[in-house]
Amino acid sequence: MVYGPARPLPGDQISITTNPDTEPFWEAAKEHRLTACQCADCGHFRMPPSPYCPECQSTNKQWPDLPGTATVFSYAICNRNPKNGEEYVYVPIVVDLDGAPGARLNANIAGCNAEDVKIGMKVSVIWTDIQDGWVLPNFEKV
Amino acid sequence: MGWVNQDKCAIVGVGSTEYYVRGKSWPRTINDMAGEAILKACEDAGIHVSQIDGIAYYSTAGAGYLDKFDTASLMETLGIPHVGFSATLTSGGGGCPGAIGLATAGLMNEDCTYTITLMALQQLPQHRLGVVFGAAAPSPENSFLQPSGLVGPGHLMSVLARRHMHLYGTTQDAFGEIVMATRANTHNRPKAVRKKPLTKEEYDESVMLADPLRRLDFCLETDGAVAVVTTTMDRAKDCRHKPAVVHACAHGGQREWGRAFAWMGMPDPHFASSGHKFTADRVWGQSGLSAKDMDVALIYDHFSPMVLMQLEDYGFCEKGEGNDYVLSGKIRYDAKTQGGVNGGIPVNTHGGNLNEAYIIGMTHIVEGVEQVRGTAINQVKDAEFALVSGGPASLPVSSLILRSA
Repeated sequence: MVYGPARPLPGDQISITTNPDTEPFWEAAKEHRLTACQCADCGHFRMPPSPYCPECQSTNKQWPDLPGTATVFSYAICNRNPKNGEEYVYVPIVVDLDGAPGARLNANIAGCNAEDVKIGMKVSVIWTDIQDGWVLPNFEKV
Repeated sequence: MGWVNQDKCAIVGVGSTEYYVRGKSWPRTINDMAGEAILKACEDAGIHVSQIDGIAYYSTAGAGYLDKFDTASLMETLGIPHVGFSATLTSGGGGCPGAIGLATAGLMNEDCTYTITLMALQQLPQHRLGVVFGAAAPSPENSFLQPSGLVGPGHLMSVLARRHMHLYGTTQDAFGEIVMATRANTHNRPKAVRKKPLTKEEYDESVMLADPLRRLDFCLETDGAVAVVTTTMDRAKDCRHKPAVVHACAHGGQREWGRAFAWMGMPDPHFASSGHKFTADRVWGQSGLSAKDMDVALIYDHFSPMVLMQLEDYGFCEKGEGNDYVLSGKIRYDAKTQGGVNGGIPVNTHGGNLNEAYIIGMTHIVEGVEQVRGTAINQVKDAEFALVSGGPASLPVSSLILRSA
């Protein structure tokens, strides 16, 4: 099927909430730094951020700067804005983050037609302003 | 090794309301519909509702997506004098048949003598599942999912289906065959919502809601209630019908599946799966049986690709071979022979969530009971074993094998 250009969902319709486990991720995003939650003891990455490392049960976390690139692991093509039902082509992608083995993000893609998205495609981060001053990582085709 | 509670309990009564198209059950209330299902299940069992003394729920005692069952309220309105067991499995529809195992736990612990397991569903406009996900204020956890616009379960499932297509060459034709093959089982079912046989052309013209999934790959949105009565085998012998014996039952799951499509962190091969391998292996281990020993499979079908992935996880075919298995006709029911097609095992002889009704899995239990009783509308000849599965979703998922007495 032909869908045409994929667009991230409008940021003014998107809100998030945080807690002390997740907030460092979003604070970094405000500065346009892509990070992921890493165990400061064993180095295992986990997303979303959670209180304990599932590998060693440590609560020590670190938030390294990642390259900001990723690989599409899977995706769907949607054609309705979920907030108002209007026609709107967007592609939710699940990506494997470079530099953070095992850590994934769910985001939208820009910079290509929806029908051209492929599993294994390389993407790099772009930043979408959302409600309450937060910033959301999305991705565009490299 | 065998299961310590194997063949110790049985489902002895089933009851349901009519099945309404979403929202059409109003002005009935949830407890009105739940009560009708419970009273009918008791009548079917040949007991009085006052003999119910246990309730084993699933879906965190949910009644649909926003309401909750409350044991005290049910006792109050139905005249149940006392209960010795009131418990639920956590999470959602994955636990449906697992609730029969929960009932068995209560019965074997001598906490109760007759237990009810039930679901009632009333999808008023503000209660629709697709809306519930998107309307919820994002928690810190789902702030990592919801902004991507993966707000409805169909969106979420399409991402898993896409990965399966990528890894194994699975086709949308197989998803269509699942819908058509199970639709073929509803033409003679008075309560089914969708009865008209489906052609491939009609399937292919169905609107694409979340590519690769079409509207017809999504299950129905239904209102209604279903309840079943479980009791011990000694009591079951005095009930009205032949008992549907609880031969094996398991709930749970493994961390690699975890929150599943509310997370999307599953490594391969768990990502493109139904998350059922863990409980499938447990019920096969409990029973010493395998998929080929089943006479009929009642497989939770909220979305057609998840039937295909369950066929793989339960071992009806090898991982990655679901496409060819389905397309070779092996999930179809042949009314002439009252058996399978091309060496397969009939799947969802009641039409399933896709075609008959969606009461979050309870209709699959009812069909399993009727098959091993020998009273199903689309009866599999001499059905001895029926597999019933819960919805692929955040764990626990669950599995049940019913045996003819």
